Amino acid sequence: MRFSFTSEQEEFRSGLRRSLEAQSSTAEVRRLMETDAGFDRERWHKINRELGLSAIHIPEAYGGSGFGCGELAIVLEEMGRALLCAPYFSSVVLAATAIMKAGTEAQKQALLPAIAAGDTLATLAFAEDEGRWDAAGVTLTATPSGAAYRLEGTKSFVLDGHTADLVVVLARRPSSSGEDGLSFFTLPGETPGLERRLLKTMDPTRKLARLHFSSVEATLLGELGGASAPFARTMQQAAICLANEMVGGAEKLREAALDYAKMRMQFGRSLASFQTMKHKQADMLVDVELAKSAAYYAAAAVDEDDDDLPAIASLAKASAAEAYLQTAIHAIQIHGGIGFTWDNDTHLWFKRAKSSEILFGDAVYHRELMMQRWAQQGAAA
Amino acid sequence: MSEPTEDSVRAEVRAWLEANWNPDLGLVEWRNQLADSGWGVPHWPKQWYGRDLPVAFNTVVDEEFQRIGAVGVAKAGIRTLAAATILAHGTDFHKEKLLRRILTGEDTWCQLFSEPGSGSDMAGALTRADRQGNKWVINGQKVWTTSAHKAQWGLLLARANWDVPKHKGLAYFILDMKQPGVQVHPLKQMNGHASFNQVFFTDAIVEPEFLVSDVGDGWTVATTTLMHERRGADGLRSWATASDRKGRIYDEERAEIATTMEPYKWYPQRAGRVDLVLERAKEAGKLDDPVLRQEIAKLLIMSKSAEWTARRARAAQEQGRPQGPEGSLGKLVSSHVARLAARVHTQIAGADALLSGEDGPMNGLIAEILISVPATSIAGGTDEIQRNIISERVLRMPKEPSVDTNKPFRDVPRNLAGG
Repeated sequence: MRFSFTSEQEEFRSGLRRSLEAQSSTAEVRRLMETDAGFDRERWHKINRELGLSAIHIPEAYGGSGFGCGELAIVLEEMGRALLCAPYFSSVVLAATAIMKAGTEAQKQALLPAIAAGDTLATLAFAEDEGRWDAAGVTLTATPSGAAYRLEGTKSFVLDGHTADLVVVLARRPSSSGEDGLSFFTLPGETPGLERRLLKTMDPTRKLARLHFSSVEATLLGELGGASAPFARTMQQAAICLANEMVGGAEKLREAALDYAKMRMQFGRSLASFQTMKHKQADMLVDVELAKSAAYYAAAAVDEDDDDLPAIASLAKASAAEAYLQTAIHAIQIHGGIGFTWDNDTHLWFKRAKSSEILFGDAVYHRELMMQRWAQQGAAA
Repeated sequence: MSEPTEDSVRAEVRAWLEANWNPDLGLVEWRNQLADSGWGVPHWPKQWYGRDLPVAFNTVVDEEFQRIGAVGVAKAGIRTLAAATILAHGTDFHKEKLLRRILTGEDTWCQLFSEPGSGSDMAGALTRADRQGNKWVINGQKVWTTSAHKAQWGLLLARANWDVPKHKGLAYFILDMKQPGVQVHPLKQMNGHASFNQVFFTDAIVEPEFLVSDVGDGWTVATTTLMHERRGADGLRSWATASDRKGRIYDEERAEIATTMEPYKWYPQRAGRVDLVLERAKEAGKLDDPVLRQEIAKLLIMSKSAEWTARRARAAQEQGRPQGPEGSLGKLVSSHVARLAARVHTQIAGADALLSGEDGPMNGLIAEILISVPATSIAGGTDEIQRNIISERVLRMPKEPSVDTNKPFRDVPRNLAGG
């Protein structure tokens, strides 16, 4: 359903919103963002068990709930709204999806149930110091060593990489290049030779780590040299999930800025009665609603296996990136001086907007990806 | 009787069409049959040419018409706004006299709301309606009146009382356009077309039974017309395509559509012609230009998400859910799309964008886009008014303090000389 949600989905959303509002107050967000882990393992386990969140899009055969990307996107939208600090994107959206797309039947049986249950927190390490989001930028190498492989190199911008129990790594055969020779590997987070360092991030609600591999033993995931297509698909789905997370945050910020304008009195009248404020708020609504339409459409396109998914995913990501950041800029401006203070909550979402804009490629990057497909086709699909 | 279902409605309309559809009939003759059967406007009341069906079934009925190739009632132009207004506020006399000829297409209508002195501030109308005996005498000027030169009837908003605040002194009339007191002159636009008219009233007469609603309720009635105008704007193109089938009735329909659509022929250009962009960029050999690619991508993202937002609004409507904010944004978004598209067309054309007519790209079409786009953010409610509507109705923000709504209209300041 690209243009509407079922009543079951709407109910799921409103239940989730209530829970996350209760569990992820800004006081809690502020507490967790100051920690190195960035989340509270006990509390996250409890929330996750109650709501079944990490099982959502994993098939029932692997211990999941068997829902689609549509439902996963609802979860992300609500998490983005609540600014939930939890290792969800890394484990469920990135690692589980990569395993689902690339793993052998036996590997899916072995790895997915624990991720679905939330017992294993996984992540996907693909980007490196260069900050490229595509497979061709991978330089970390995997060399056969008996039945296993040895990984050599560095991964960076790894979501929750410093805390993950299981790391899925994108590596290449030495002397291969481009989309060739790419394979996924898995290894436990605590493996000899793997150094993990928490990076200092502009957005403290989203933790990133740098992982250095010195001859680290790892297990091949799926087919040797066959990671290019499943990686691409995983990243498309990740871009779509992030777009949904972003529109959730954008809407929350928009509403907060509107409430503030309605509450505030200046020059003897409601700030919300000034036309300059009303027009700004109308523009914010347009930005957010257009981005929501794109994000919802894209999530449904995953479930319908749309041929044009690569372009649609990039469209949704680019649209959400611009809308979220623009909304955040307006939200700070509407709050005025207080909006620039640490005590005011607006900056928490502003920073999430900024980190989301950049993560997995900014709007310029995704517009180019979209054009690479649509310019070739010669017409907008 | 059991509740109608999609299947029951489909079966019923199909059976009726199979028994009655005849492409050799005249257009008016056939549409009279549609009016009698209720299948032309199934969502209208049974008493007035409809079948009292929920509007959601119109899609099913339309599909059956298309399947058999049957022509529908006249849907183009201001007449649909007239019909909606008359159904909501008209007397039985109005319905009896006017609705059937709207459906058959025999009567053309025009809307006499905007004035040179009041566009966005439509309730500030200065055209006067004065009582003389039991008749109303109209004096003043209207503008932006599509099809006024062809219309039998006009929907007229005029001031009947100057001693009350502006919204309270308006009356709504149905005006006979074919009378000596009504003069129609074409209005040439900046893009060279003359799709609209100026209408001058010099002691034009309205008989008392053509007053719609009470004197003073004119603004409420006008609001109904405007609401239908906004809704209809989305569907403008869907009915504008004539069938290419052969037969007398199709020829008549094609002629009708051609006449009705004549003033709108530049409308696709004012919307920016996003459909041409990729092809044009390719032909110009500029599809590899990374700067242009970014601009095209921005445009396509905006236009796709606008389309999807409209689909969300429609889906909510079809499922009978309350429409979210997405339903109020289309008009404003279409201005953004049009402006972006004009920018991109300019980038693609380069120096050729200086040229028009047969010297210009696409035989002048690109130039027409560039000089028609400014209409999009004005016609049918300016962007500024759209933002007011969105902020007040959707976001529930307060109105600006008003300086003209609480005093007699005769005391409200008017345009200064030259304004």
